[in-house]
Amino acid sequence: MNPGQESRGNPGQESRGAAIDLKSISKAYGSFKALDGVSLHIKAGEFMTLLGPSGSGKTTTLNVVAGFTEASSGALEVGGKSVVGVPAHKRNIGVVFQHYALFPHMTVSRNVAYPLALRGVAGAERERRVGQALDMVKMADFGHRFPSELSGGQQQRVALARAIVFDPPLLLMDEPLGALDKKLREWLQLEIKRIHRELGTTFVYVTHDQEEALVLSDRIAVFNRGRIEQIGTGRELYDEPATLFVGKFIGDSTVLRGAAATSGGETAIDIAGQKVATVKRLANGGRPVMLLRPEKLALARRGVGGDGRNRLTGRIGEAIYLGSGSKYEVDLADGSKAIVRSTLEADSFAIGDEVDVLFAGADVKLLADDDKADLTLT
Amino acid sequence: MEMKPLTRVVLGLVCLLVAIWLVAPTLVVVPMSFNENKSLAFPPQGFSWQWYQNFVTNPDWSNSFLNSLKVASIVAVLATVLGTLAAFGLDRMKARPANLLRMLMLTPMVVPGVVLAIGIYAVYLDTRLVGTLLGFVLAHTILALPFVLIAVSANLEVFDRRLETAAASLGANALTTFRTVTLPLIAPGLLSGLLFAFATSFDEIVVSLFITNPYLKTLPVQIFASITRDADPTVAAVGTILLFATTILIGSGMLLLGRERKGRQ
Repeated sequence: MNPGQESRGNPGQESRGAAIDLKSISKAYGSFKALDGVSLHIKAGEFMTLLGPSGSGKTTTLNVVAGFTEASSGALEVGGKSVVGVPAHKRNIGVVFQHYALFPHMTVSRNVAYPLALRGVAGAERERRVGQALDMVKMADFGHRFPSELSGGQQQRVALARAIVFDPPLLLMDEPLGALDKKLREWLQLEIKRIHRELGTTFVYVTHDQEEALVLSDRIAVFNRGRIEQIGTGRELYDEPATLFVGKFIGDSTVLRGAAATSGGETAIDIAGQKVATVKRLANGGRPVMLLRPEKLALARRGVGGDGRNRLTGRIGEAIYLGSGSKYEVDLADGSKAIVRSTLEADSFAIGDEVDVLFAGADVKLLADDDKADLTLT
Repeated sequence: MEMKPLTRVVLGLVCLLVAIWLVAPTLVVVPMSFNENKSLAFPPQGFSWQWYQNFVTNPDWSNSFLNSLKVASIVAVLATVLGTLAAFGLDRMKARPANLLRMLMLTPMVVPGVVLAIGIYAVYLDTRLVGTLLGFVLAHTILALPFVLIAVSANLEVFDRRLETAAASLGANALTTFRTVTLPLIAPGLLSGLLFAFATSFDEIVVSLFITNPYLKTLPVQIFASITRDADPTVAAVGTILLFATTILIGSGMLLLGRERKGRQ
């Protein structure tokens, strides 16, 4: 868990969140497998993000946990108890939807009071808790308004208040910021993070936006084609991607394909006759795939400099000025593309410049070749 | 776009003419109901309240009016309940069988009334339903059901079913969800269905003529009988009363709906 969670009180104390255990959950629609043996343990109080492209199974997983969809097979425990076969309205799980789903015929206050009324909370106590929840999302002054009188961001904050007002041990969020513009999204991300810290509830968050996942999450589960490719912290996924798909989905990356030649106890990886790295053992035997992060690459003018690092020749295909630095797309001799980020102080290059891409063999991540990763990512 | 003054005047005149053409036949009834003589001649002569008096005191008229009120009220409730259930079922069914069933349920609107009336009469003779309250209620419900089905279906089409999912996540079971979320949101459709069903039954004449008997007559049957027998201006009095009653009912309904809509936006 990250250090930000310390403020939640004594670690020894019982957490207000529930742990969740998914054990080889599968969901089939006819012959299409929406989920194919998904196993995931989410710790109590954790902020877990399910990240993946559309159709990867992340929302289906959320719906299975919420009880909106029944899994075809597998076990599901929330707070140590199996909830298989338990209908959604008896699971006591808060859900925030992308489309807000506020009741249009009720005021903000009545929307938030709705789950309390169902639980027999009445009178002053109900009012107090509605006020508290609206305070938490900074919507206390809007109680008498109708949802149609609010902006999208305000509606989503009310929906969040409604989902947390009954103190569920688990809160599910299905792309809650998907319909909002970037500025608002970034601000609400921080709000959600704060609310998670203050509540101590387990949050499960679905998104296809890897940046959002990195901002919010304690851990991220990367989904692809109904399976989980990797579970880990943002740093783990970025630094040590287990598959090419994860490497390409999280952050920018340069993918190089080379040839392997084994001699003695060592395998050397060659690109265009140049030995770029050596490894003890190449797992997939065949074609090695190398992944490099933009900040591990450097640019130099053709033939200039040289400090023993690997060099690949190329030409600048795209130069993007980012304010804090520049991002270059370099078309390499073998047809692949390298993405290089440089700070402002460094040399600047123009489109068409002949350059060398420099990198150290130690920074190369060697991965199994995986044709699935060639999916166009959105 | 700004209209030329001349265009505006011409347009206004045309609209006025069409409006008069639509409403005039109905409004003719009003002066006729105050006729001093027992005649349906137009323009009427003199002024008297006697035909209104006759409507209230003559049991032929007052009873048939009460019968119609009774039948139409029961039909309105029954058709609304059944039509709403049907609309829900069809809304949540697979598309193809639902379309077939929907067409089947709408046939009473398409089939000529006389044909339906003959069929119902034949069945009622066997089952001794002619001239009974139950007979009227059943026959009129068949005719009123399509109106409810159409009104509620139209509302369900725009109803966001994801709200039901949200309600479930907040702890509401299916029945509570229906009562607190679905029903309030489709209420306008339900209400207009109810009104249509009431109106359908209240002024139904074709089927009613077949299944009526001297012991149970509805108002339209009585009006028809009266006007074919003699020129009784009570018909005009009844017409005037109904005209004002429906105008007030529909008018206040529209006002209420308009106000609610304004409040919500």
